[in-house]
Amino acid sequence: MAYSYQLKRVDFIFKNENNWEKVLATTIKKKPEEIINELISSELKGRGGAGFPTGLKWKLTAEAKAKNKYVICNADEGEPGTFKDREILSRVPYKVLTAMAVCGYVTGAKEGYIYLRGEYKFLEEELNKAIEEFHYYCQETNLDFKVKIFMGSGAYICGEETALMESMEGRRGEPRNKPPFPTQAGYMDGPTVINNVETLVHTFTIFEYGAKKFYDLGVQYSRGTKLFSVSGDTPKPGIYELELGMSLQDFVYEFGDGDTKAVQVGGASGFLVPRKKFNDTAIGYQGKLVGISLPTGGSMMLFNSSRSMFNVLDNYLEFFREESCGQCTPCRVGCQQLLLGIKAVKRGEKPASYLEKLLRLTETMQYTAKCGLGQSVANSFSSIVENFREEMIY
Amino acid sequence: MDPVQSLVKGLADKYGRTRESLLPVMQGVVQQEKYLSEYSMVEIAREMDIPASDVYGTATFYSFLETQPAGKFIIRVCKTITCAMKGKNQILFSIQDMLKIKVGETTPDNRFTLLETNCLGWCHKAPAMLINDEVYTDLTPEKIREILSGYIKKSI
Repeated sequence: MAYSYQLKRVDFIFKNENNWEKVLATTIKKKPEEIINELISSELKGRGGAGFPTGLKWKLTAEAKAKNKYVICNADEGEPGTFKDREILSRVPYKVLTAMAVCGYVTGAKEGYIYLRGEYKFLEEELNKAIEEFHYYCQETNLDFKVKIFMGSGAYICGEETALMESMEGRRGEPRNKPPFPTQAGYMDGPTVINNVETLVHTFTIFEYGAKKFYDLGVQYSRGTKLFSVSGDTPKPGIYELELGMSLQDFVYEFGDGDTKAVQVGGASGFLVPRKKFNDTAIGYQGKLVGISLPTGGSMMLFNSSRSMFNVLDNYLEFFREESCGQCTPCRVGCQQLLLGIKAVKRGEKPASYLEKLLRLTETMQYTAKCGLGQSVANSFSSIVENFREEMIY
Repeated sequence: MDPVQSLVKGLADKYGRTRESLLPVMQGVVQQEKYLSEYSMVEIAREMDIPASDVYGTATFYSFLETQPAGKFIIRVCKTITCAMKGKNQILFSIQDMLKIKVGETTPDNRFTLLETNCLGWCHKAPAMLINDEVYTDLTPEKIREILSGYIKKSI
């Protein structure tokens, strides 16, 4: 009997961009509290991967007392396997700008920045044209809000919110200690809302259709839709907007090539799920659901049985070793030693039990690294080593 | 004023002389000069009144702010997982074969520098590369020959 499944395709993000003037005009007629409550009741969570409730972020910044506040759109999309933010910025830039302006209205920020990664510099010109037209509209309607692009220069770590702010302030992109959180003291020590590109577009959907429509999509704890960047061993790589909460098995039925051995959910800093666990894994934010629920910034990479998981892990670790900012020792030295360690095991210079030592090292990194980069190396490392131990050794 | 001095001064006039302007100024120098020489970093430090060590420290953090001499066209081939799976090595071989340089080297005529880089965000169209700010995707050795011949003609 054929397996019946349903992936719920949706189409909000890339639709109705022309509505932006209307959406902006009607939204800023509402009181800021009303807009915040709308966002909170939609249960929208950050789409960059960390999943912080967006409404709460806006609320905290709105409540903070300061002269200068900022809105930052995080377009430093560096996670291996993610490419949705580029697509959003090139196809529906006005939605992003509208969401930023509403955020400015709600929080009292007059300045917005788009931190665009250096690899996407080719977008800058088109985006600047959109910003110019947007400014013109703001001027006509007496809306005091300006957006500027800040170009990155090739550093994965700058996607971390505080590292991004350090970078914007002209320094090395090294993450800060938290607290204080950006909502209290962010860019130039002003209260700052920093949202992923996709999160901002979802707020636009909520302004356009209301919180209920958004809330009705997805499952408990994981409301709404999400853009997925599908790549690897799949006959149809690309970008797909799907409802959250689907099972990984359904995803593989739709996108697999019939020989899918494992799926990396959430990029190099996410988890690798082997075939036998597809059925028990759902895609969404962690909650009290049955089984495992994995969050993702959208990166879904499929591997078929021709791939060596050792090579995959080796590639990730090389990536982390290069992209670690080097500020804290657990991450800087940890990434180097993990890479040396798995190579030594593969060459037979270290016994297989050395893998356990390396796993303990990732645990230490998880507890002691300063930011998400060092903390999340453990995710892919342990999920690959534990599920594909033989491939690491032989 | 020599060309570097006037370039730095022009950029500082445009972006400002506070610390927040450091990245845009350095990016401007790289755009023009292809890399940040020691001399240009000292010039930036002088013009913006920032310690030269800070300028150096910041510049060396970012992989797109080259501090080694680089050619007119900087080729950056993505080496992260999907591109690696989809034949990045063949792409590198064809580039190396055509330009007779290895990764990290510049052609003697200073036209091309070949580098590897981390995820460019084109995994669904892998393998991918950047030549300066231009993106090229779904690469094959044949496509590489076509693209590079275009650049070779362009730069004569």
